[in-house]
Amino acid sequence: MSEVHPSKQPRQPMPEQPPAERVTNFNEVPLGYTPEQAMAEAARCLQCKNPRCVTGCPVAVDIPGFIGLTKEGQFVEAARKIMETNVLPAVCGRVCPQETQCEILCVLARRGEPVAIGRLERFVADYEREHGPRETVPPVPATGKRVAIVGSGPAGLTCAADLARRGHSVTVFEALHELGGVLVYGIPEFRLPKRILKAEVERLRDLGVDLQTSAVIGKLDTIEELLGPEGFDAVFVATGAGLPKFMDIPGENLLGVYSANEFLTRSNLMRAYEFGKADTPIARGKRVMVIGGGNVAMDAARTAKRLGAERVILAYRRSREEMPARAEEIHHAEEEGIEFHLLTLPVKLVGDEQGRLVGAVLRKMELGEPDESGRRRPLEIPGSDYESPVDVVVVAIGAGANPLIKDTTPGLEVNKWGYIVADKATGATSIPGVYAGGDIVTGSATVIEAMGAGRTAAAAIHLYLTGEAPERDGAS
Amino acid sequence: MSTEHLRQNQIVAKREIAPKTYWYDLYHPKIARKRQAGQFVVIRVHEGGERVPLTLVGSDPDRGTVTLIFQAVGHSTMELARLEVGDALLDMAGPLGRPTHIENHGTACVIGGGYGTAPVLPIAEALRGAGNRLIGIIGARTRGLVILEKELGSLCDRLEVATDDGSYGRKGFVTDALAALIAEGTDIRFVLAVGPTPMMRAVSELTRQYGIPTMVSLNPIMVDGTGMCGGCRVEVDGQTKFACVDGPEFDGHLVNFDLLMKRQGAYRAEERQIAENYEHCRIAGVLDA
Ligand SMILES: Cc1cc2nc3c(=O)[nH]c(=O)nc-3n(C[C@H](O)[C@H](O)[C@H](O)COP(=O)(O)OP(=O)(O)OC[C@H]3O[C@@H](n4cnc5c(N)ncnc54)[C@H](O)[C@@H]3O)c2cc1C
Ligand SMILES: Cc1cc2nc3c(=O)[nH]c(=O)nc-3n(C[C@H](O)[C@H](O)[C@H](O)COP(=O)(O)OP(=O)(O)OC[C@H]3O[C@@H](n4cnc5c(N)ncnc54)[C@H](O)[C@@H]3O)c2cc1C
Ligand code: SF4
Ligand code: SF4
Ligand code: FES
Repeated sequence: MSEVHPSKQPRQPMPEQPPAERVTNFNEVPLGYTPEQAMAEAARCLQCKNPRCVTGCPVAVDIPGFIGLTKEGQFVEAARKIMETNVLPAVCGRVCPQETQCEILCVLARRGEPVAIGRLERFVADYEREHGPRETVPPVPATGKRVAIVGSGPAGLTCAADLARRGHSVTVFEALHELGGVLVYGIPEFRLPKRILKAEVERLRDLGVDLQTSAVIGKLDTIEELLGPEGFDAVFVATGAGLPKFMDIPGENLLGVYSANEFLTRSNLMRAYEFGKADTPIARGKRVMVIGGGNVAMDAARTAKRLGAERVILAYRRSREEMPARAEEIHHAEEEGIEFHLLTLPVKLVGDEQGRLVGAVLRKMELGEPDESGRRRPLEIPGSDYESPVDVVVVAIGAGANPLIKDTTPGLEVNKWGYIVADKATGATSIPGVYAGGDIVTGSATVIEAMGAGRTAAAAIHLYLTGEAPERDGAS
Repeated sequence: MSTEHLRQNQIVAKREIAPKTYWYDLYHPKIARKRQAGQFVVIRVHEGGERVPLTLVGSDPDRGTVTLIFQAVGHSTMELARLEVGDALLDMAGPLGRPTHIENHGTACVIGGGYGTAPVLPIAEALRGAGNRLIGIIGARTRGLVILEKELGSLCDRLEVATDDGSYGRKGFVTDALAALIAEGTDIRFVLAVGPTPMMRAVSELTRQYGIPTMVSLNPIMVDGTGMCGGCRVEVDGQTKFACVDGPEFDGHLVNFDLLMKRQGAYRAEERQIAENYEHCRIAGVLDA
């Protein structure tokens, strides 16, 4: 019998809904591994003594540890192993850009395909949620300290969990009526089903975290008031980068022009895709144009398709190589018939008498010399303008810092773009007892980086409140 | 009254003050303490419901209640109107928006058209508190729709009422009443108008001729109310603003009312469709069962 190590086997493929079918529904696209596939994939891992993969994970998930358990079929235990350092494994298994975080560093990636860490993480987390007994949380002695977390995105939720596990009394304040930040209002159902997020958020309740929705900090209470009359000992600001950017071109206020935030919020958070069952409307364009080339643009384009658009065009001013979206998302979008108009810059939106969008004037671009970022600079080609009929435009060119907290917190240092200045190693801001992390510090980044920032800040807040250095993360 | 047994967002008082126009007092001690004139809340009635912005008309910090006054004009506000004392809203976020800038102008005039009379009330109160001599104008289509006459009257040194059909007060529009005041030589130094968009536009056009500073409270369609979606954008002095965080009050002489009216009609077809479904259910007895 030949002794070929399973690592020589190809990576287990992910079963998916076929494109023609999935564009007619909002169900998840990847269907998930079977237990057999998961065990076969887990067997490919070499169980490295110094696992490089772990160094790529901002929350340092014990990757060989959980994969070893998966290989043995101990799926619930594997999931619990991840949860020691990651409160949202079913979310991360789905949305982490593994190809640039953990998997890129896997030793197997040098000569072939890396272990499918994300898919395994997703599988065991789903298995644990559906089959595992409800985890009982061992009581920790209360410290008597109270921490307020502002914002319930991945940064806030992670920080809340870590602090609750150390015995602090934690309250999360969320402006919207649902918890999860971008995970609930931005990332579409077909990439991250809401019920999965809900189940992961429920774990925080089990940890005793007080979760308050419809609480807009800066309006209801300011940070100063939280630290003063409200009696909190520390605050973690994790309000994300939720300010939509527009292009400042003529016609952007026409009916039918949306920011990606509005378009996705209407569809996801307000469930406009179930209009009839839910009350919030959304314009269902026949010819939709999405402006941008990142993950948000892909999500908007794929959402528009599912809302019934005949054609969805994605206009991006650089070439395909420069597109910041994940390769997997670009691939999914193409499979679903999204048309990429590259090197294309919308310069004007055109409306009818009623102020409804009817078209876009587009300008051709060409690539010039590389700019400071090393990407070739797009240059406009004079005289290349042409008009294209569209009835919905979604502007997905990035987000900025919402000024609400900055404007109501005197003494809070921000940089020239309005992002909060926070120490990289601790999350400490210019105000003692006030920490910050996630997109409101870094600008738009990733779920797992935001979680890493939440984790870092939790350790620093613990030290600030008790004078004790926290036990090594993940060793609990 | 003891408030200990109350739940957050619970309705403690309900009155129909005009046909399809309701006064609610709701329990939310924190918002009751914090709210300032000109601010609003965003509410949801039930799961799957829309986020609806409504002005904070008043509050009683001691009882921990806030007052909302709304007109049942479409699906969401009709659902809100179906609630009774003891029921609670699913969500209420606030106080949102910038508070009204209040100072002593000398003589100020506040104008409310239709349900817009309600949002005028807290601003009148604040202007009064700052020492202004206050003139109020209430406009309505007909006598039965004149609301809050007593409440506004008690804050104003003088109160005018105008009805379109002349069934009560002066016959005509609020602008006719305002023009008459100016013609009399009343030295109005500041005007604040809230109501249907054409009315706010007409008031702004009139005061522009006399150079009277004028603020209007805009009500574009909103979603989050926190500056996150940009759906509420309006054009003021040629610049795009988000009404929920930069407003809702703006200089009436600089607002692009034309654009506002177009954007307010963005979902007319969907609004009709959902209102029809709703009526259908009611007739079929589904909702009343
Ligand atoms: C459409 C879209 C798709 C994405 N896809 C991916 C992906 O596939 N993979 C990936 O890794 N990353 C993805 N990202 C990026 C990722 O979602 C973010 O980097 C991450 O969510 C940032 O987390 P956060 O906790 O800093 O903030 P957020 O997730 O933005 O959460 C901030 C929360 O704070 C709340 N808040 C704001 N102000 C206040 C206040 N004053 N008071 C109370 N609450 C407040 C907000 O309502 C929000 O809920 C995507 C982003 C978008 C928009
Ligand atoms: C800052 C602000 C304060 C307001 N204060 C009050 C108030 O004190 N009392 C009151 O009766 N009304 C107020 N409104 C208007 C109220 O929000 C709308 O009447 C309500 O949303 C209509 O919803 P509907 O489903 O019942 O009607 P629909 O049939 O959906 O719409 C009827 C009209 O309401 C407008 N509208 C619809 N959805 C929204 C939305 N999400 N946001 C804003 N407008 C919308 C539409 O332009 C349409 O003209 C305020 C609006 C704003 C923006
Ligand atoms: S959390 Fe994300 S980065 Fe970390 S191991 Fe899991 S998939 Fe990789
Ligand atoms: S680097 Fe790859 S093979 Fe090594 S432990 Fe990590 S996942 Fe397994
Ligand atoms: S309502 Fe979304 S930004 Fe104003």
